[in-house]
Amino acid sequence: MNAAAQHSPAGRATGKRYRLEKPELLAPAGSLEKLKVAVHYGADAVYIGGRKYGLRSSADNFSFEEMREGVEFARRYGAKVFVATNIFAHQEDLPGLADYLRELERVGVAAIIAADPAVVETAQREAPGLEVHLSTQQSTMNWRAVSFWKSEGLPRVVLARETSLEEIREIKRRVDIELEVFVHGAMCSSISGRCVLSNHFTDRDSNRGGCCQSCRWKYDLRAGDASVAGAGEPSFTMGSKDLCLIRQLPELIEAGVDSFKIEGRMKSVHYVASVVHAYRQAIDAYMADPGGYRLRPEWEEEIAKAANRPLSAGFFHAKPGSNEHIYEAEEKPAPYDFAGVVLDYDAATGWATVEQRSPFKPGMEIEFFGPGGTRFRQRAGELFDSEGNRLDAARHPLQRVRLRTEQPVERWDFMRKKL
Amino acid sequence: MTRKTAELLIAAGTAAQIEKYAAAGADAVLIGESRFGLRLPGDIPEDAIGDAIARAHALGIQAYVSVQKLFHNEELAALPGYLRLIGRAGADAAVFSDPAVLMIAREAAPGLKLHWNGEMTATNAASAAFWGRRGACRAVLAPELNAEEIASIKRQAGLDVQVLAHGAAPIYHSERHLLLSYMEHIGREARIADLGLGGGRYLIEADRPNEKLPIFEDQSGTFVLSADDVCLLEALPELLAAGVDSLYVEPLLKTEAYNEAVLAGYRAALDRWAADPDGFVFDERWLDDIRALQPPERELSFGFLYKEQVY
Repeated sequence: MNAAAQHSPAGRATGKRYRLEKPELLAPAGSLEKLKVAVHYGADAVYIGGRKYGLRSSADNFSFEEMREGVEFARRYGAKVFVATNIFAHQEDLPGLADYLRELERVGVAAIIAADPAVVETAQREAPGLEVHLSTQQSTMNWRAVSFWKSEGLPRVVLARETSLEEIREIKRRVDIELEVFVHGAMCSSISGRCVLSNHFTDRDSNRGGCCQSCRWKYDLRAGDASVAGAGEPSFTMGSKDLCLIRQLPELIEAGVDSFKIEGRMKSVHYVASVVHAYRQAIDAYMADPGGYRLRPEWEEEIAKAANRPLSAGFFHAKPGSNEHIYEAEEKPAPYDFAGVVLDYDAATGWATVEQRSPFKPGMEIEFFGPGGTRFRQRAGELFDSEGNRLDAARHPLQRVRLRTEQPVERWDFMRKKL
Repeated sequence: MTRKTAELLIAAGTAAQIEKYAAAGADAVLIGESRFGLRLPGDIPEDAIGDAIARAHALGIQAYVSVQKLFHNEELAALPGYLRLIGRAGADAAVFSDPAVLMIAREAAPGLKLHWNGEMTATNAASAAFWGRRGACRAVLAPELNAEEIASIKRQAGLDVQVLAHGAAPIYHSERHLLLSYMEHIGREARIADLGLGGGRYLIEADRPNEKLPIFEDQSGTFVLSADDVCLLEALPELLAAGVDSLYVEPLLKTEAYNEAVLAGYRAALDRWAADPDGFVFDERWLDDIRALQPPERELSFGFLYKEQVY
């Protein structure tokens, strides 16, 4: 890796090092459908949650049967499946852990993402076919800590979100281990794992998946007996903007980061498709021609359409300040909503069948995008149901609707509507 | 028949506090400075730490040093020297959270005992035992555990366990300067130095008007503490029977007089229990002396000792 400096003619080194190996794009998949979409849209690996031991207890997590199907689907596309087993376990959680991990191994999962040393050790002992990746919940932010986990036999560490680019570079330089870095999605404002607001407010254990996002609630900050905020001033909150590092991708690739992780097992299939699509295109464009690489505005536009919070670069350059926080209700970054998934397209007639995901009607501005390069806008024309009845609107979730598209589309292309 | 009882431990921020707390009944003090430790009641800097440790030993108590931060690369260079210094000064243990400290201590101060404090992530016996096999002789358990869990961890972990016995629990730590950022956002001047422990700042969540959560900031970021004060004095027989090795008193946000009253109450209870565990009778006056100085807006509670959490 990073060998291109040696390939450049003597005396003409530009200082730029080109990576020869593509980093992995790792996407969240909260369901089997999201897994398939993530893989279709270009994820090299996906991470999912099982019914136990993960940190999203309210997501519709995978049964072993669904995992097996997901693993088989991913394998057909050369993609891997990781399972988040990233709780900090209590005594009552430990019985059954070994069986669970052995079952993950049998199902064909490539790796688990673990935070608790109890889970790490159990996996190494009981399910040696599983790779163990150290979760960001362990808050690993320096190279000595990374080298400790390497000495424990872990092939990969997911760094704490508090790690800056300079720090990532130094860690990579000093320790020969795979580094995974979050590039996109929601962030705890606390050091991950070091927050039990939920436990204290609601008896829900945040480190076992019970987090009720108390950091995003409104707080009155007082000094002595007086509120710090004056009349009309916003309340204090601990809520962070979401992370987006698509602009910083070249620097992260050159730093030698092995895996770029997108957060969001609870997010919609539309989020998965849009975000994976943008990062896939950016990584591929950079790797194909690092010197000629330019960030394309449509990648950021696509991301904005799937975002429900304002975005920031987190700790990439420096510690976040007031610009990286959400103090007031902010408008949705872009006025687009997910409207449907293309099921089928008849090239002879130019008619597509779309599965409805939110209501739309004739005359609306709609747009299509997809992993095969589909990208265009049009007005929705006449709509028909599958029996050929004309519709004044596509009102019903999962309803199959036929409409004419101005350019060819294909299965798994997504349709948005302008609000 | 007398029995081994638990250690009574408190953090101290000055040499004078070491004296006072030893006199009030502490068996050990936790000291250090904010370059390496977290949430200390005061800094005892490098050039004074040796004397502070010697002072504690002269008073017949142990001195542990907090090296409990999560470190960034640039902070690592100072660790070998610091661990060597406290090791030579005879510190009875260094308290760590970051495995970098474990790695560096092995090289720089191989004789120095280590206590693992995973804060809210120290929740089971297997993880405590993991750190035990790598050199820790004590696990500082998460405050969000109940009595059954504490007893079960102690039975299985194979190392000493310490619990939060009295005071505020740390419930949130961010590396961000949330107070500073907020002040900036609403157009107020502020410096981190003015937003620290002594600032009397607290948060009130909209639906919980009676809960005041202390919040403060230092170079390590922003900290929130629990709205109530844990008080396990009445549960001592249960904790001692379970074999808990150390009872920590969190002195933050309290007066020295309050902390002395707490230590005196726990000391008396521990001594009475040690002298005759089976004939132990709780003396309400121990608690009354604490209640007399208890800040009215902070309730005394059993914390999570009798709770079931869900997730």
